[in-house]
Amino acid sequence: MAQFLFEADLHGLLKLDTPIPNAPPARWQRKAKESGPGPSPVGVSPMKPANRSYSSSKTPSKTPGKSGSKIQSTPTKAGGDRYIPNRSTMQMDMANFLLTKENDPAEESPTKKEQQKAWAVNLNGFDVEETKILRLSGKPQNAPEGYQNNLKVLYSQKMTPGSSRKNSRYIPSMPDRILDAPEIRNDYYLNLIDWSSQNFLAVALDNSVYLWNHASGEIIQLLQMEHPDVYISSVSWIKEGNYLAVGTSSAEVQLWDIQQQKRLRNMTSHCARVGTLSWNSYILSSGARTGHIHHHDVRVAEHHVATLAGHTQEVCGLKWSLDGRYLASGGNDNLVNVWPCTQGGGGDFAPVQTFTQHQGAVKAVAWCPWQMNVLATGGGTSDRHIRIWNVCSGACLSTVDAHSQVCSILWSTNYKEFISGHGFAQNQLVLWKYPTMTKVAELQGHTARILNLTMSPDGTTVASAAADETLRLWRCFEMDPIKKKEKEKANSAKSSIIHQSIR
Amino acid sequence: MAAQQQLGREHQGITLRGSAELVAEFFSYGINSILYQRGIYPPDTFTRVQKYGITLLVTTDPELANYLNNVTEQMKEWLYKCIVQRLVVVISSIESGEVLERWQFDIECDKTAKDDNGPREKSQKAIQDEIRSVIRQITATVTFLPLLESACAFDLLIYTDKDLAVPEKWEESGPQFIANSEEVRLRSFTTTIHKVNTTVAYKKDSVP
Repeated sequence: MAQFLFEADLHGLLKLDTPIPNAPPARWQRKAKESGPGPSPVGVSPMKPANRSYSSSKTPSKTPGKSGSKIQSTPTKAGGDRYIPNRSTMQMDMANFLLTKENDPAEESPTKKEQQKAWAVNLNGFDVEETKILRLSGKPQNAPEGYQNNLKVLYSQKMTPGSSRKNSRYIPSMPDRILDAPEIRNDYYLNLIDWSSQNFLAVALDNSVYLWNHASGEIIQLLQMEHPDVYISSVSWIKEGNYLAVGTSSAEVQLWDIQQQKRLRNMTSHCARVGTLSWNSYILSSGARTGHIHHHDVRVAEHHVATLAGHTQEVCGLKWSLDGRYLASGGNDNLVNVWPCTQGGGGDFAPVQTFTQHQGAVKAVAWCPWQMNVLATGGGTSDRHIRIWNVCSGACLSTVDAHSQVCSILWSTNYKEFISGHGFAQNQLVLWKYPTMTKVAELQGHTARILNLTMSPDGTTVASAAADETLRLWRCFEMDPIKKKEKEKANSAKSSIIHQSIR
Repeated sequence: MAAQQQLGREHQGITLRGSAELVAEFFSYGINSILYQRGIYPPDTFTRVQKYGITLLVTTDPELANYLNNVTEQMKEWLYKCIVQRLVVVISSIESGEVLERWQFDIECDKTAKDDNGPREKSQKAIQDEIRSVIRQITATVTFLPLLESACAFDLLIYTDKDLAVPEKWEESGPQFIANSEEVRLRSFTTTIHKVNTTVAYKKDSVP
């Protein structure tokens, strides 16, 4: 009988959470009052006002409780005569179990003990008897109040209200055209669309490539993979627009003639799927899942002329600069490498720059057409930032948080702007002014994440392919007719100067 | 002295003390990465540093930095003595106190390293590569971990040998498991003396 009373008393003591009302002040409290604003504010200040209420709450909370214990422990050191326990950090269940366990008859057989031990290890993940768990007290935690967790803000971002400054040009908020792209592979790492200088838009849908003639609206199926399991992982037009390079999941790089709709070459040199391609006159560069980049000289039989090993994971972004001097590559290892067009001293290619600042896969890689050596890169879900670099100095010229996975960046030749394609949550295209990095417009419409962007040869229209199996054409870089005439005049004036000098 | 140790590490292989330092350093950067990626602290309180050949984010908040330093120093000591088995970063909601995420780093220590005095053969670079992969994976977990809706706080738990004397500033605690959890194993790395396995457990979303 006595043991039950003892137990009940114990329960009562252990459960007492609220301070005893009308009790005389504890000695430490009296001492604190005497010594004036000495030790107590020191103990109080780290605590936020909200935490003070916790000391009287019923449910023991772990974080603020510890600062509570700190308060109590300081005066005891000053007074030095009482041990004041902190109930909220004590493991009540564990304590109770251990205390009551002693009262059980120790009649367990050895095998039963072993069994229980095994269960305990399984449940707790460690042997309760052999291990101690320690926790550091006196945390300075808890970010300042009013700090809303970044992730929530990121993923629940609502549409930003239109800029107060009126845009100098009208950008239609609806796409010009919406094309169907059934069976398009929803894989962030692939590059499935490209627009040729002859105004053909090539789209890879799973294992076939279709060409869409922008002028006539005609659709041609160019090719279909023989093997059903093989899919197309990248497409890229040669500058002249008569040949199309196709990368497959079976690690092949194929070259197709559009006029005859025939395959000219099948170049095998990779061991894994070829997710990205880029042309530099007669050199075709391909990036694979192994992280290797191969240069292919398409004029000769021995096409594989160089290997660049700079990535340890899939290469998803690859772009030659417009003057052909540098090749920029982005990978799933969050690195951006800038390679020279010629080999270094040892016959090996080494990157002239490596940028490690991105915290996510870099698929969006684009060179600025009007400024030499300026490169824009965008990071995936873990990063969401767009960065502009000067590849000669290696400096990051500007950074902007796009709040969403960046899949592609394209610079405009008509305006000093660039456009970026995004994923969750708005699946929008954003036009940015360069170099001020202000948002000019946001184009919404896609119902799933955007996978790729490509630009028309005249630079007025951007095509976006998304996981919602549509292609949308946005006429966002339309030239003003007046400005267009001025540009044409400037171009023709230039040519006449050239003619004069030739004479 | 430190320079000598560094040289020792590069040319002569890994010693027990060197290994303890490497692992403690990894924990420091790993915890910083977790705090940044999970949004426990505002992102503008972090600054970028170059480490392991990649850009990492570490906190500039002096109190937090001090706190983490204390932990790192203590871990170094315990790793050297091979008495620590696990480091856990517990992320819980401030309001409800519920544990939402649990990052568990299991440490396997080769105790024979204490006895034999010769350093082990493993290049600094190989270890750095392995650590780099783990940290990248931690960064990439944001793509599948559920969003942390409310403001959260973190806690550090260290599993040590039973007979260890509890040092000042430390106290005993429970394991703080998550009730209904999904677990993901990340990469591990080893210095040939210490092996660290990483797993992250998160609360399963009630809405499928």
